[in-house]
Formats: sequence, C-alpha cells, structure tokens
Amino acid sequence: MRQITTEIRAEARRLLENGQVDLVIGFGQGTLPMHSAPLFVQKAVDVERMIWDSFCENNLARYLREVRKQRIAIVAKGCDARSIVALINEHQLERERLYIIGVPCRGMVDRRIVAGCAPGEVLSVTEQGDEIIAAGESFSLRLPRAEVLYRSCATCTHPNPVLYDVLLGEPVPVWAKDPYVYVRSIEQKSPAERAAYFAAEAQRCIRCYACRQACPMCYCEECFVDHATPRWVESGATASGLQGWQIGRAYHLTGRCVDCGACERACPTEIDLVYLNGKLCKDVHELYGFEAGIKVGELPPLAVFRPDEGPDFGLPAK
Amino acid sequence: MSEWEPKIAVFLCQWALKSDAAWEQRLDLAENVRVVQAPCSGRINPLLLISALQHGADGVLVVGCEPGHCHYKEGNYVGRRKFATLHSFLQLLGVKEERIRFVWLSETESCSYPEQVKRLQRDIQELGPFELARRETIPCVVPARSVAE
Repeated sequence: MRQITTEIRAEARRLLENGQVDLVIGFGQGTLPMHSAPLFVQKAVDVERMIWDSFCENNLARYLREVRKQRIAIVAKGCDARSIVALINEHQLERERLYIIGVPCRGMVDRRIVAGCAPGEVLSVTEQGDEIIAAGESFSLRLPRAEVLYRSCATCTHPNPVLYDVLLGEPVPVWAKDPYVYVRSIEQKSPAERAAYFAAEAQRCIRCYACRQACPMCYCEECFVDHATPRWVESGATASGLQGWQIGRAYHLTGRCVDCGACERACPTEIDLVYLNGKLCKDVHELYGFEAGIKVGELPPLAVFRPDEGPDFGLPAK
Repeated sequence: MSEWEPKIAVFLCQWALKSDAAWEQRLDLAENVRVVQAPCSGRINPLLLISALQHGADGVLVVGCEPGHCHYKEGNYVGRRKFATLHSFLQLLGVKEERIRFVWLSETESCSYPEQVKRLQRDIQELGPFELARRETIPCVVPARSVAE
C-alpha cells in the first residue's frame, strides 16, 4: 500500500508538472480514522496529500462528468475503471481527455465491521499482509482482511482495472468465484420473507439521496423521483413511496450498474442496496451475458436485443 | 373476502388487437379492469407498472404484439428485455411471479385478449390482494393526520 501511495504521488506529480492534465482525482486522508476522502489535486505541491489504503471506498468516477471539459487524471481501482468504461459507452466522457491511473484493488475494508469488532473507539488502522490491525487506547486487534471487506468487495470479480493508461503495482489474483453469491442467498428465501426483508430495509430510508449522489451512473439531470408531472411512481415519505424510490433507483441501473457498492457505503441508515443492484447485474449477466463496463463500445443491454432470445411469453414454439 | 375481486391494470399496445371488433370490445370488460393504451409495448415505462401496483392494482398485464409483427418493427423486443428484467427484479422483492404478466398476442389471436385478462383475473383471485405497500398506507415519517386532530 505504501509503495502504491508513492507511485501514485510520483505519477500525479509528473502529470501535473509537465502540464499533461489540469486535475488529478485521487484519495487523501480523511478527518477520522478509517475514512479516506476523495481528493482533487490541481498543483504539483499538493500531491503529497494523496494516499492509497484500504479505505479508499468511494467510486471516483462519480466526479468525472462534472469536470469533463478539463483534462483529468483519475486514480481508478477495478470498479472505478468499470464505471469509467460504462460512462464512456453512454457518451458521458471522452476517453481522450482522461488519463487513468489504474490501481489493482485488494478490496476495501468495511469500517463498520471493524468498529463493530473493536471493544472501543478505533484510533488507527495498519496493515500487515493479509491482516489489518485496529488499535485504540487500550487495545490492539488483529482481523483477517478477507472477513472485514465490504460485501460488494468480497464478491468482486474485477479487482483489476479493465482500462488504464498506467497500472501501478502488480495485478491481483481474483478471490471471488461467484459475484452473485449474496443475491442467491436472498433468492432462496420464500417470497413472504423476501417481501418482509425489502419492506424492512426500505422503511429505514430517510430519502437523503446519498445513494444517488454517490453513484457514478446516477447522472440524470432530473431524477425520476424529483419529477412531478407526470409522477412516475408514488414517492412520498410513506412506506409505499420509500419502496417505490428504492425500486426505481435500482431498476434504472439495470445493465449499467457495475456493482461497486458505493450506494450502500453512502447510506447513513445502512440499507442493504447491494442485493437490489446485484440482482439486476446477475439477471443481465445470466440472461444476456452482459457485464457493465467491461468493454468500450459495448451497448447497454436494454438498448439492444436479439430476436431469438427468451422469454417467449407463452407463445407456441414455431 | 369471498366477494373480493382483483383489480387489473392493462397496458395495451394500440396495435396489438388486430381486428376492429376486438379493438371496439377492448373496454367491455369487468369494471375493475383498467386499460392504459400505449403506442407500443416497448414504450411502456417499467415505472408505470410499479405505479399501477402502488395505486391499487392487484395484477398488471402488458399486452404486446408477437415477434415479427411489431408495428414499429422491433419495439416489442425492447419491451421484452425491460419486462424480463423488471419481472425478475420484482420477484426478488417478494412480488409473486403471477402478479405481473407480459403477453404477446399472435396474429391469429388463438388466445385472445379478453381471455388473457380473464386468465390473469383468475390467477390473481387465487393469490389474493397485492400485499406490498400501497399509496394509502400510513405515512411513516410524517405524523398521521389523526395525531394533528
């Protein structure tokens, strides 16, 4: 990690000093332990503030559209790079203006799990091989890294960037076999259990829209939920409205979501959003063999079709 | 509850009913069947299906033309992908599979439109009312009106 931090800084310095880019988007130290914050560097003197650790959880591709008129360098892990590809495919970004600093990712650590395991307030976290060491005033706790990853990271099958101009560090081996293992576990429940689970999750929503703001693919100028005439779905602060919002938000990402989990991490009430988006990713993968953000130039699955595909909706076979 | 009859929302492609007679009879169904006419099954926004369920429908039927017979050549194929993903997604949320249905009416109308509506009505009758949240449910954030009174 320290090695990668050094390399990111050197690369950012080089790019800014020879004027190749106007802005470098990466991560800097947050104000609290276990929080790394997005950092925007415009001057070479500031590159020393850039870091890379196990808490660089935001999807930085989310900021690209807003600065797309500039020449930008971006530090991209696997999911960020997929989002960039998906945005390029939707004609939201120009590849020529982007300089992608690819970083192979070992999965990001869920600070909520670490805090839950610790007997007191965690003041610092260090890493040693496959373990992370959380320390507070009177304790030091060793946790296996694989057990404290975010759910979306634990099932990630694309930790290495799919598109980059420079790759820092060695590509990491893929640890997950089935990206949809969590979705499958929910699917095995009975319909009544699934309905109760969804209702209970959606009920906690406070409609802050942090999930939408954190998502690189949620860039509609006017979100369906803010649209008053016509009102697409009932979306007031009622149980029905909360569920309507969650359904609409997730469904609008069909075939576009890269399953990065940024929405769930942004959620202040910790609603399980990964299973909603994961289900849609699973469906487009299984039905249409499509994974979002893998190949530049590939059309989103809802924009295309094959006449010979299923389902046949009850028509007799010819 | 034996008197309960399901409410059905039908999203109907305006080209799906091939004969004039079928078109004229399209509204002559039970009074708890509401028909929304759309230019093409591919044009139907999936959110409208959600909206229908929120506003009181117990079952939703989307009617399109069979493959190869779309007035716009390929709108029904687009609709198929939208519907297939939405249908699967709603099942994850606990909505029963039978509750929303997409049908293609063939040229010969071997299984005609009124028959499809009745078939859905029968299935929904067995399932019972739609159980996920309705629009009228008590607000969970805003205090209920009875509190203010």
